[in-house]
Amino acid sequence: MNYWRAVLLVAARDLKVELRSREQAVTLLFFALLVLVVFNFSFDFTVIDFVTLGSGVLWVAFIFSGVLAISRSFQLEREQDRIQGILLAPIDRSAFYLGKVAATVLFMAAVEAIVVPVSVVMFNFRFSGRIALVVLELVLNTVGFAAVGTLFAAMTTRTRRGELLLPLLLFPAAVPVALAAVKTTTHLLAGRPFERYASWVALSAAYDLIFLAASVLLFDYVLED
Amino acid sequence: MAGQPSGSGWMDTTERALDLLVALLVPVCLYTIFQVVPTEEKMGVVQRIFYFHVPSAFAGFLGVVLCAVCSALYLWTRDRRFDRVAHASAELGVVFFTIVLLTGPIWARPVWGVWWTGEVRLTSTLVLWLMYAGYLILRQSAENPEQAARWAGVLGIVGALDLPIIYKSVEWWRGLHPKVLRVSGGQGLDPAMGKAFGLCVFTFVLFFTALLIKRCRVARLEDQVAELTHRVARRSVHTEPA
Repeated sequence: MNYWRAVLLVAARDLKVELRSREQAVTLLFFALLVLVVFNFSFDFTVIDFVTLGSGVLWVAFIFSGVLAISRSFQLEREQDRIQGILLAPIDRSAFYLGKVAATVLFMAAVEAIVVPVSVVMFNFRFSGRIALVVLELVLNTVGFAAVGTLFAAMTTRTRRGELLLPLLLFPAAVPVALAAVKTTTHLLAGRPFERYASWVALSAAYDLIFLAASVLLFDYVLED
Repeated sequence: MAGQPSGSGWMDTTERALDLLVALLVPVCLYTIFQVVPTEEKMGVVQRIFYFHVPSAFAGFLGVVLCAVCSALYLWTRDRRFDRVAHASAELGVVFFTIVLLTGPIWARPVWGVWWTGEVRLTSTLVLWLMYAGYLILRQSAENPEQAARWAGVLGIVGALDLPIIYKSVEWWRGLHPKVLRVSGGQGLDPAMGKAFGLCVFTFVLFFTALLIKRCRVARLEDQVAELTHRVARRSVHTEPA
């Protein structure tokens, strides 16, 4: 089977499962919105300008719901031992990995696509930056987070500690993504020129490339048994 | 461990010699640090913690690098010995970086007036420490030693790739910051201070090596015990009447 077709099939399968049950996206969305509400109570945004804190608020919501999305996605593989089926399927294991990353990125993007407009209403701010750049920045950082998260989740969900272990490994490893995301979003919120944060966008892109490549090479070792 | 056939003879001899050397050097270091070296002008007596703080960081980095190299070698060759070294060096890395993170604030408080700042080295050291603590927890959580070794190998490589990026990103994130840590650079050190520092680094690296050898031997014995237990369990299943 064609490699990329296999990637597409794995991603499509995850989406199909989700479209039938509709449990994940809804839960994730409400969770992300709840994080916004919690921040709305914790900080007084009538006093603090959203531009200074907003990027952090948004990314805490995205990262927390992202961790849930990733670990849930592998929990589903564990139920009914679906992972055994994948191992027996005549596809490359790294294709399975890339398919899972694609599905996770889509889930997280769906949450982001709703949370960003809601936060515009909730916190009364406006993106003075260009929309295309906002989308690029969200995609780049979401891909980096999902790339490392999916590699780790393939290990952690099969342990006794399960979901507890994933954030423990993922948060330190994803520090560059978190910093790049928060910095870029801050610049975008303030409507600063692209040159000011171009190096951060480059860092996100480099992170994505390095860890997608490393994970594709290493994923065989993760799923050997 | 007298008379125990725990390895080849020259290894035992080397190990004993190393232990002896470390046991001799540690008191020498302590004497040098507290009696020989002059007190630093601006910071006073607290600066002497530098002779523990920085050599610990050296030993910690040695552990992290060794862990990455042995992780890659294990995944390549599947030789259990590489995995044992990777595991032991990650553990020692965490231990030595714990010393770094404990002595750092003790030094910082009187000198900078704060226990902790968001400075790049502090922050990235803390992230590194968290990452390798996670590495040890992942090892513990695996179902069997073979799986633990494989997963740890993957994490060891990913961690080593990530560390320079983490350092760079934290550096950019901080932006321009005052170079408060110039004091730990080599410049402006009294020659006696330089020599004492060299001696301490040497001692810590030897200490690290001595601990590494012992930890690897314990790991090998653990592997043997697991193997024997497995065999006994299998035999009792076979011999038990139906």
